Amino acid sequence: MAFVSSGYNPDKPMSDRISDIGPRNYEEFLPPVIKKNFGKWLYHEIIEPGVLMHKAESGDEVYTVRAGTARLVTTSYIREACAIAKEYCGGHLRWTTRNNVEFMVESLEDAKKLKETLNAKTFPGGSHMFPVGGTGASISNIVHTQGWVHCHTPATDASGTVKVIMDELFEEFTSMKMPAILRIAVACCLNMCGACHCSDLAVVGYHRKPPMVDNAYLDNLCEIPLAIASCPTGALKPSKMELPDGKTVKTIAVNNDRCMYCGNCYTMCPSLPLADQEGDGIVLMVGGKVSNRISNPKFSKVAVAFIPNEPPRWPTLAKVTRKIVETYAAEAKKYERLGDWAERIGWERFFEKCELEFTHHLIDDFRDPAYFTWRQTTNFKF
Amino acid sequence: MAKHPTPLLDQLESGPWPSFVADLKIGAENRHKNEKGLELQIPEDVIDDLLGVLELSFKDGTTHWKHGGIVGVFGYGGGVIGRYCDQPEMFPGVAHFHTMRLNQPSGLYYTAEYLEQLCDLWDFRGSGLTNMHGSTGDIVWLGTRTEQLEEIFYELTHTYNQDLGGSGSNLRTPACCLGMSRCEFACFDAQKMCTDFTNEYQDMLHRPQFPYKFKFKFDACPNGCVAALARSDFSIVGTWKDDIQIDQEAVAAYVGGEFAPNAGAHAGRDWGKFDIQAEVIDRCPTGCMSYEGGKLTIDNKECYRCMHCINVMPRALRPGKEKGASILVGAKAPILDGAQLSSLLVPFIPAEEPFDEIKEVVENIWDWWMEEGKNRERLGETMKRLGFQKMLDACGMEADARHVQEPRTNPYIFWKEDEVPGGWDRDVEEFRKHHQR
Ligand code: HEM
Ligand code: HEM
Ligand code: HEM
Ligand code: HEM
Ligand code: SF4
Ligand code: SF4
Ligand code: SF4
Ligand code: SF4
Repeated sequence: MAFVSSGYNPDKPMSDRISDIGPRNYEEFLPPVIKKNFGKWLYHEIIEPGVLMHKAESGDEVYTVRAGTARLVTTSYIREACAIAKEYCGGHLRWTTRNNVEFMVESLEDAKKLKETLNAKTFPGGSHMFPVGGTGASISNIVHTQGWVHCHTPATDASGTVKVIMDELFEEFTSMKMPAILRIAVACCLNMCGACHCSDLAVVGYHRKPPMVDNAYLDNLCEIPLAIASCPTGALKPSKMELPDGKTVKTIAVNNDRCMYCGNCYTMCPSLPLADQEGDGIVLMVGGKVSNRISNPKFSKVAVAFIPNEPPRWPTLAKVTRKIVETYAAEAKKYERLGDWAERIGWERFFEKCELEFTHHLIDDFRDPAYFTWRQTTNFKF
Repeated sequence: MAKHPTPLLDQLESGPWPSFVADLKIGAENRHKNEKGLELQIPEDVIDDLLGVLELSFKDGTTHWKHGGIVGVFGYGGGVIGRYCDQPEMFPGVAHFHTMRLNQPSGLYYTAEYLEQLCDLWDFRGSGLTNMHGSTGDIVWLGTRTEQLEEIFYELTHTYNQDLGGSGSNLRTPACCLGMSRCEFACFDAQKMCTDFTNEYQDMLHRPQFPYKFKFKFDACPNGCVAALARSDFSIVGTWKDDIQIDQEAVAAYVGGEFAPNAGAHAGRDWGKFDIQAEVIDRCPTGCMSYEGGKLTIDNKECYRCMHCINVMPRALRPGKEKGASILVGAKAPILDGAQLSSLLVPFIPAEEPFDEIKEVVENIWDWWMEEGKNRERLGETMKRLGFQKMLDACGMEADARHVQEPRTNPYIFWKEDEVPGGWDRDVEEFRKHHQR
């Protein structure tokens, strides 16, 4: 493994340095039919699951075939997608905001062939490489995060939980039977790097034990005031303590009764780790949306306070998710997002219908705004 | 032969959804085969060791990445996320496993040629693992060693005219919906604006100078395909000001069943025959539509442009012609004081190149927040702490009923001193002349 220089000279780091050039211009990459009809689209149709058609003022048509991906992908996989794009799409392709991949062609016939080709590609082990779907009133890809693959603050894994849920609900990716789109998001801690606070169904990694304090190292590794200021509930205060060797150090005291295990102090300070095998698990949230369609954008709300981590296949998570999805699909009206439905029937009915236990954890107790989430009316259902 | 046994991860190879485990195994094998005879610049078994450490996490339910990591390239204050494994003896291949963020082209269009060039570079100097894409939008390159960072950056900028994305307390990589490239709802050119803003504010993106992170996102209509108003401190959402364009013949075609409602989005289930009254008129949130005598009418003054009717009948209804955007600000994740969606600041603003009106708002907000924002305080939290009014003042804007969902209910109202006749400088002795102690 001999080091190969790119031309960069470590002795003169700032010579010949190019900076601030930004991204490549998207116009370089547009397929010709897109470039030609840019801004001149008339209407679109969803021909069948995973296949869209856009009609331009010029009469031109572009057919888009959308396929699911795992988001965490190798260069081998990207090269495979490129090979398909070269064979069918003049070497053009794009990704979506939900990490699906889209291939564009100019006739329905080509689109159907492409769909067949994509659906036929499998990995060893049998899973699809490019399952076609994710359009219309379906369950598209899951927006997710780093998990145990790369992050230091997770309370669960992202790639694993996503694979489990998408396997469980795969049929809904390749069909359009839902009352409306149902967006699922996964975040492995409540930093929520992605879409958890505004999804129809959101999986959020959660801790249940206060941080441990690495007293001997804390003052050397952390800016103590930063860690103190990082706590939303004021559970931390500066303190001094005597180590077993008699040395007195500055450190931090955790008031366990005030801590709700958010992990933010660990983000600030390496000496406050809190991950724990039995403590950690998942909070399930429901009923958020970002579009302005009919109702305003909504935050998702906590529906299940704790589901244990059960790698590798998280069976409880899969079961609860399916139950909520099936109940919503059976009960909601056309165009109703999950949150629209839950608000219409009332949350008391949502819990009953989805057979979810309502526990004290679900009642808001965070500062002033908590009051507004309680029920200031006699309008409720038995 | 795989380097580490992975009995737990192996169970994620079955099932229909694309298996990241199967893909990683192929990637690992391809590195061992090394058909192109590359002089691999980081360990050949980096993917084997990643699978190994992930298997360990599946076994003990905890992460095995050390806290934090500060690495990067000269001249920039961000763009690379440092990571070190906490079991480097067991998994030397991922002892260093840094992530590089590459600024994606707006709308995520690529050519195979360009992606293959990037893959060549990443196979040679990195792990060959990626995220397509990070939730902010970047192409994410997962896993390389510190000594490769400058080499990769040199090659990206010199050979591929490609820059890094953002990380840290700065402007993060902006992102947009696909906009006018392939959507008839687009009310402005989201890709152009996204690219233009990214280039204009390169310095803010590469060199942290803010109290905390700051994100731009551009949705060309209120459907929110890039979720701007949930995921960006400064959310630009396309809209229009005049009347929805109605094609009555096409309306008749929907009523007659010739055109499928919602472009066929519900075709997988029998929802009955399209009922324009039940599915459109009665669902309109403002009740501003009617359908009488085979004619659809919209009282546009009362329409709040939610997109529902247009979404249901895209061939018959189109956004108006006087297009522009709304600006909403302050969205953020829950840490520290609760999640926020963006709040409406500018109801309507022109959105044509060179976008000067919008940039003026951006810069006024930055001036205010860079001065007043506390350490690690997102814009949304500064707004909560100091009040929406302070931000209006900073932007030189007048209050408008559109700024609120409802007026305040508490009467704890602040006045500016010059609004009150006589001011606040008062003499209690003067008061006592009329009111005995
Ligand atoms: C209580 C916390 C949150 C919940 C329950 C939640 C829930 C959701 C849900 C259900 C969606 C999907 C919405 C849709 O597709 O219409 C969503 C989307 C999104 N959320 Fe959150 N979210 C939360 C916090 C956050 C935070 C803190 C951020 C960012 C700082 C965020 C960023 C996003 C983004 C960007 C989307 C885009 C979703 C889309 O395009 O569909 N969310 N969130
Ligand atoms: C601790 C280490 C962290 C890691 C490894 C991490 C990783 C990431 C990554 C890889 C992305 C996608 C980036 C891209 O596309 O360029 C992301 C996005 C995001 N991160 Fe983090 N993050 C961390 C901490 C945090 C913290 C502390 C917060 C908030 C308190 C946060 C909130 C977010 C949000 C809201 C997004 C999504 C933004 C969007 O949708 O545009 N992250 N994070
Ligand atoms: C011409 C019409 C439209 C086009 C071309 C379009 C395009 C797109 C694309 C390409 C995506 C990424 C999809 C994926 O990866 O699965 C997307 C996502 C999305 N679209 Fe649309 N869309 C259109 C209409 C709509 C409508 C009518 C709605 C809502 C009623 C909508 C709401 C969304 C939402 C919420 C997302 C999720 C984005 C995310 O979570 O990242 N879109 N759209
Ligand atoms: C949001 C703020 C307020 C709320 C929710 C509120 C609520 C109420 C309620 C519930 C009562 C009936 C009490 C009873 O019968 O025992 C009441 C009575 C009263 N409030 Fe308020 N109030 C508010 C603000 C104010 C303010 C700012 C003032 C004076 C400046 C005020 C003056 C009074 C008076 C004089 C009564 C007695 C009225 C009567 O007996 O007919 N209130 N208020
Ligand atoms: S959600 Fe939390 S654990 Fe997951 S990648 Fe973001 S910061 Fe890391
Ligand atoms: S985990 Fe969160 S609540 Fe607990 S002490 Fe740390 S910052 Fe405070
Ligand atoms: S946000 Fe609106 S304009 Fe942009 S792609 Fe989505 S539907 Fe089209
Ligand atoms: S856009 Fe929404 S508010 Fe306006 S007419 Fe259509 S359904 Fe009604």
